[in-house]
Amino acid sequence: MIFYYFGEYILLLKKVFRRPEKWKIYLKEIFHEMTEIGVGSLGLIVIISTFIGAVMTMQIAFQLVSDLIPTSVIGQINRDSNILELGPTISALVLMGKVGSSISSQIGSMRVTEQIDALEIMGINAAGYLILPKIIAGLIMVPALVIIAIGCALVGGLLGGALSGAVTPDDYIEGIRGGFNGFTMAVAMVKATVFGFIITSVPAYKGFHVRGGALEVGQAGTRAVVVGCISILACDYLITALML
Amino acid sequence: MIEVRNIHKVFGDNVVLDGIDAIFVPGKVSLIIGGSGSGKSTLLKCIVGLHEPNQGKVYFDKKEFTRMNFEEKVPIRKEIGMLFQNSALFDSMTVEQNIVFTLDMFTEMSKAEKIEQANFCLERVNLAGKNNLYPSELSGGMKKRVGIARAISMNPKYLFCDEPNSGLDPATSILIDELIQDLTEELKCTTVVVTHDMNSVMGIGNYILFLYNGKKYWEGSNQDMLKSDNKELNDFVFASPLMKAARETLQEDKD
Repeated sequence: MIFYYFGEYILLLKKVFRRPEKWKIYLKEIFHEMTEIGVGSLGLIVIISTFIGAVMTMQIAFQLVSDLIPTSVIGQINRDSNILELGPTISALVLMGKVGSSISSQIGSMRVTEQIDALEIMGINAAGYLILPKIIAGLIMVPALVIIAIGCALVGGLLGGALSGAVTPDDYIEGIRGGFNGFTMAVAMVKATVFGFIITSVPAYKGFHVRGGALEVGQAGTRAVVVGCISILACDYLITALML
Repeated sequence: MIEVRNIHKVFGDNVVLDGIDAIFVPGKVSLIIGGSGSGKSTLLKCIVGLHEPNQGKVYFDKKEFTRMNFEEKVPIRKEIGMLFQNSALFDSMTVEQNIVFTLDMFTEMSKAEKIEQANFCLERVNLAGKNNLYPSELSGGMKKRVGIARAISMNPKYLFCDEPNSGLDPATSILIDELIQDLTEELKCTTVVVTHDMNSVMGIGNYILFLYNGKKYWEGSNQDMLKSDNKELNDFVFASPLMKAARETLQEDKD
């Protein structure tokens, strides 16, 4: 069964990447989707990642009980965990819930109200017109949001450390500046790009193949989020195993 | 002209269409009628390519549509206008945006020309000035008329209507029927309407194809229909007291 769905997903992607009828209209849609996905999720990502950064600092400080370890290490651990794992993965899971369910229900509603059929009848590649701008917007905006998430987590860590007294701002900044390996950022961006593709394409696939009515649209949204989250975690493992 | 040859469509074990043949000619309104589940909408969807028939062929002006791939179908699809049962207007677009959408996608018309064409289409369906309303702000009848305006925006050669009168009051239904008839004559297009509305059948049925259990049981004009002794057709057409009374009056006149 899983191969059937995977095959259907690949066939849909084949349709999505057909040559657009008119790039001008697609570009307009891409900018619209970038606003929806990027700007629309910015507040949520800022709040979540700031708190994660603050909590991470306090938890690392709680676990580092040895006087032999300098407190600046807290900043270093916080930075690397956020860049490599928390920034991309937590952001992706949050975006899967917010953006993914929205994409699935939007396309699913269009399917059950025959709007997708109307596009097909007009001679428009419905899969391309509806899904391609979302995928391109996801590939651009998710990495951008992940960079913002990492930045906010680092600032959150600084605030959390200062407010709780776990680490002084000077030590924390010294920590996040010391021993930085730029490759970790490359890993984060690869993850973010792959997650951006999953966040947009999996819900779009689920929505595009909805059959029935409002109930099925809702169920497709739930399934899209579940399948998308599992795919994100599986890809997270794969990328980590391959790149580190 | 649209020619349908030996169309078969099966969903699982359920045979929905069983060898349908028909010819729909330009400038006339052709109706596909039949009871619920008789395969009317499935036949329409097979003709326009939303369903792929298991067997059989569909020709648009002698060109075999069923064998074409997506790219080959595009030029024919640009000549198709379709009104859906639930209108299928794009919710996120205004009335005007719905109408100019295909013009945006397939023509190099200037903005002013597109707006002019949208206004012309809206005037044609008596909805002038409703350009900036969203589908959620329209009544059922208005949605159908916007659906027709969208369908005729590219001056179609083929017009398809799936139950254009469903959910409408009798007066609005007659208005929609008259509009379909007028547009067919004006644009000289091949119009195929799926309906089970007997007012439409009597009003605009130049050619009627009657389906029963997925098979073609009868074809002819609305006048021929009244004289037909086909049992299944009569059971369907004269099911309502109104139509029974009409038949009795006709028979009395004949006697």
